Amino acid sequence: MTALFTDAFLTSLVLGALTAGLPLMLAGLGEQISEKAGVLNIGIEGMMLFGAYLGFLVAYDTGSIWLGFLGGGIGGMLVAAPMALFCIRLGLSQIVIGIALTLGAEGLTALLHHFQFAQSYPRLPAVATLAIPGLSSLPVLGPALFDRPPIVYLAMLAVAVTAYVFRYTQAGLALQAAGDKPAALDAAGVDVGRVRTLAVLTTGFLAGIGGAFMSQVGAGIFVPFMTNGAGFIGIVLAMQARGRPLFVLAGALLFGACLSATTALQVAGVSIPTDVIQMLPFAAVLAVLVLFGRRASLPPALGTHYVRGAR
Amino acid sequence: MSDTTQIGSDALPAPRSGVWRDRARLLALALGPVLGAVLLSGLVLLALGVNPFAYYGYVVDRGLLNPYGLQATLTRMGPLLLIAAGLIVAFRAGIWNLGGDGQFLLSAVIVAALGPLLAPHMPVWLVLLIGLLVGAMVGAAWSVLPALLKAYQGVNEIITTLMMTFLGVSLANVLVKLFFRDPATTVPQTRTLIVADRLPRLFDTTISSGLIIGLVAIIVVHLVMTRTAFGLKLRIVGANPRAAIHAGLSVPALTVATFAISAALAGLAGAVEIMGVQGNVRADWNPAYSLTVVPLVFLARFNGFASIAFVFLFSVLSIGGESAARRTGVPNFFTLVVVAILLIMLGITEYLDQRRRAAGK
Amino acid sequence: MTQTLNAHAATANANGKALSHGPAPSPGPASSHGAARPIVTLDHVTKRFPGVVANDRVSFDLWPGEVHVLLGENGAGKSTLVGMLSGLQLPDEGGVLIDGHEVRISSPARALELGIGTVFQHSMLVPSLSVVDNMALGGRWWSRPDREGLARRMAAVCADIGVTIDPHAKVGALSLGEQQQVEIVRALMRGSRVLILDEATAMLTPKGAEDLGALMGRLVKLGIAVVFITHKLNEALAFGHRITVLRLGRRVDEISPERLAALGPAAATAEIIRLMFGADAAAQATASHPRRAPSTQPLLQIEGLAVDDDSVPLAGIDLEVSPGEIVGIAGIDGNGQKQFAEAVAGQRRLAAGRIRLGGQPIERLDVGGRRRLGLRYVTDDRLGEGTVGTFPISLNLLLKQVGEAPFWRHGIDQPETIATHARRMVSEFDVRTPGIETAIGKLSGGNIQKALLARELSGKARAVIFAKPTYGLDVQNIRATRQRIREAADAGLAVILISTDLEEVLELSDRIAVMSRGQVVGMVGNDAAARSRVGELMSGATP
Repeated sequence: MTALFTDAFLTSLVLGALTAGLPLMLAGLGEQISEKAGVLNIGIEGMMLFGAYLGFLVAYDTGSIWLGFLGGGIGGMLVAAPMALFCIRLGLSQIVIGIALTLGAEGLTALLHHFQFAQSYPRLPAVATLAIPGLSSLPVLGPALFDRPPIVYLAMLAVAVTAYVFRYTQAGLALQAAGDKPAALDAAGVDVGRVRTLAVLTTGFLAGIGGAFMSQVGAGIFVPFMTNGAGFIGIVLAMQARGRPLFVLAGALLFGACLSATTALQVAGVSIPTDVIQMLPFAAVLAVLVLFGRRASLPPALGTHYVRGAR
Repeated sequence: MSDTTQIGSDALPAPRSGVWRDRARLLALALGPVLGAVLLSGLVLLALGVNPFAYYGYVVDRGLLNPYGLQATLTRMGPLLLIAAGLIVAFRAGIWNLGGDGQFLLSAVIVAALGPLLAPHMPVWLVLLIGLLVGAMVGAAWSVLPALLKAYQGVNEIITTLMMTFLGVSLANVLVKLFFRDPATTVPQTRTLIVADRLPRLFDTTISSGLIIGLVAIIVVHLVMTRTAFGLKLRIVGANPRAAIHAGLSVPALTVATFAISAALAGLAGAVEIMGVQGNVRADWNPAYSLTVVPLVFLARFNGFASIAFVFLFSVLSIGGESAARRTGVPNFFTLVVVAILLIMLGITEYLDQRRRAAGK
Repeated sequence: MTQTLNAHAATANANGKALSHGPAPSPGPASSHGAARPIVTLDHVTKRFPGVVANDRVSFDLWPGEVHVLLGENGAGKSTLVGMLSGLQLPDEGGVLIDGHEVRISSPARALELGIGTVFQHSMLVPSLSVVDNMALGGRWWSRPDREGLARRMAAVCADIGVTIDPHAKVGALSLGEQQQVEIVRALMRGSRVLILDEATAMLTPKGAEDLGALMGRLVKLGIAVVFITHKLNEALAFGHRITVLRLGRRVDEISPERLAALGPAAATAEIIRLMFGADAAAQATASHPRRAPSTQPLLQIEGLAVDDDSVPLAGIDLEVSPGEIVGIAGIDGNGQKQFAEAVAGQRRLAAGRIRLGGQPIERLDVGGRRRLGLRYVTDDRLGEGTVGTFPISLNLLLKQVGEAPFWRHGIDQPETIATHARRMVSEFDVRTPGIETAIGKLSGGNIQKALLARELSGKARAVIFAKPTYGLDVQNIRATRQRIREAADAGLAVILISTDLEEVLELSDRIAVMSRGQVVGMVGNDAAARSRVGELMSGATP
């Protein structure tokens, strides 16, 4: 079995982990922000999918990968906006609306794709990479980690920024309070609804970029239903990370490695049906829940609508 | 987390004088979202350059008026009713079983593999009976993990059931491709249960007797949930788990029972779909019924009889939509959009009703 | 005096420039404020909620340098008044004036801007954040909370008012008394000239309440105006300079500092009782429970009871209750009373110990088994666990008997029998309801309590645990409930009465056990010395 661990295998494994894990990380990061603020964002799958669709479409039409990512982020926010309106302003069930938005995004993207491209799946050109001088010439890790499209570095930066915001800014305190004790935040003169709305929109933006990464960088094409549960894995990542962005990153790379193992194994000459490999991340999530389920922590006010003065 | 599991409260009994007004209100609450959804989806069609009247006309014609369409609609109702029955049990007990698709599909694959194996060796009725039982058991088995995690570790079942669904769908594909593959075909699929060995058709129609199974199941579920001590216990757990503990009910045991029943009904749906309609499972086949039935059950306010009506409506839309896809070029995905809009309309109606009632006081 | 105050307010703003820390302002005599006009005036405000007028043309003046006590029973309208001052609710009619100018306190933020800080009965701090982070909450989004600066300013304010708090401690790790101090300090740091303390002593030990009283004294000497809301008469007299009594949403009267001084404690007490309860109440309030000779054979025996619990584990609790006896359990809330009641009722697993009812061991039975033997538990959390709010009264009355004959046969409900039973209970226990099918959550707290009493006291009850039975009820329902408890004991039931209201325990009990940190720290007979002995035990002083 030692022959399996060639440089090529390891490089493709790390690269695959990053490519498959990055969307999960962005979704998990976004979900973490929503959950911190007390919103269980089941609609995140729909946000990713719509981001994947719109991101692809914009990149395809304009030829600009950056406009594509922007479009993806906006696409995610377009799905997040009704979530904010219905769940935060009107106080409707976060789960029912979340399911509705996911179903709606699935149906709508498939429908729109059908009307625009019929049965064809046009491919985007490969995304240019940015090699970081010095680091990119490291063996194995160099090409896999430090010769990637710039969006990858930006996404890593997003983790750091989120960690900084949580720890060192008023916004972080407000998010924490909105999920832990919204009444206290209200009493401190901060609009709980606004904090939660911004949190959900940010979630949509990040998830949308994650989706756009899948279609623009990961696959190069848009296929209906292509997110295939990535948003739900993001929810689990956020739950297990207990409010710490770095844990989301670590978890996402782990899942990414599972997802990409097929390709890596094919590189190494081992053939396994993709379905088996596709089961890995979900089995891993369940294993994590079985082992550490009790420790998954969620904010006390998660999923509850805040009404001023109600006890 | 407790509040997210507060799925809904039982409809409040009204004082006798207002019964009719109350029923009219409930009717408006149920039909309002339907009309709103039809209207909004029509606008979506218009935006896509499709004449909504033509589309809906075609759907009604092919799903309801055309005799073959109607029979297909009624056949489609069988598994959907079983899924709805399972969801009613779960939702009334405050459990978000969103894993119906995995439970359905795995059961379908196992039953599809088992049927043709057993058929040559025993009478048809026994094959069908075993198939139904095995289907129910497979479905229930696929909910054991979420059930135990929820009951004894307090792990959110939304996450676990969704994960089990993804796992189940992939596993079903693996089973079809690697283990139960019919060697006689080039496309990966299971061996086909011959028509003579399937669930009997009703009278001289093409309607599968799965419809009867579905109707019986949902009515029994409705009566059990509303009229029996067991149903009341589940409803207490659903409406206020702490009150259930206070009253000495075994919440973990009832939670596991809820999962088992709900998932068994979803599994039964899979068996009925295979032994009544499909006859085999092709690789990558996943009708994803369960998540789309969720809004219907909400719309019916967990009432079994109302669910029958909504499942009927959805079946018309779904069968008609499949025909319309070929004719009008609007793919089947459109039903997903309609269902999503329906769900959002339901939310808004609920909100407006609350406001109206608050203002009325 | 007023100028000092305004100087304070001017140097402070919502983002926390702290009090100026020059020499402390000279304390004026609290009883004769020198200010020409009140800081806050409520002018005939009315607030209606569906079905009730919570405040009916209430007027109220708040003067600097005074502790103004708002006294009234539960349901008198105190919370609503506080809500309107702190920006949670807007009055339907009437005006609010600050420094003589009409204002609209439309939100908590607006209240803070106007210099009104509120310390609610239920903590308004985020448990998962540190003390300084709680203070910092509400600043500009992208700014960095100035933790060090806040800690310094906090230390200065703490020194001014004589409290010590670790600024970097997580709020969740502080005691309730400390959390209250944090909230007071925070309000001052935000430049509050008016401090509202809503039922601030409800959760405190007698010692903690005294400390708070002393703190209020120091605050008013700094020129702050304090509104102290309570339903406890002794606290009102001990800490207050001016007392306003509310009853059923109306302001009954205001006793000015001059009049309070002139009356003296005894006459003031009588006067306030008259105002709070009406003319006939004064006599009743002093009527005490007739002593019964406890019978020799205990009915309910608890030995060495221990329970594992993350917050308050129980250990080594022994308790015996005879038929016809009321054993009170006094103690500050959260010292294991709830865990004890749940363990005895069967809702919690015992780690060790035995429970016998009439000599029969019951510790291995579940809730239903214990209930069938006659053990009953009236929970204090009426809507949280006692009932299913959306279910009809008829089913809530049978919540602990689901599936039992004659209401269910072969698992199927018998609507006629259930309805008959419900109608009987409703009339026997005087539950005021539109019908037996009404959702119980729609009833008032008093009527829900009556339904719970009906459920627990009917049938073959032998021993009953009452947990805070009058918490949150109005005067009439408090009386009715206490009467039920007496009747239960008179009928030969063994009664355990858990209450955080010392007056209630003293009024009803034959013997009083005191719980502290999960243990029974002492048992005293209810005699003349009981009050002080129980107080000592509650505050942890060794007898």
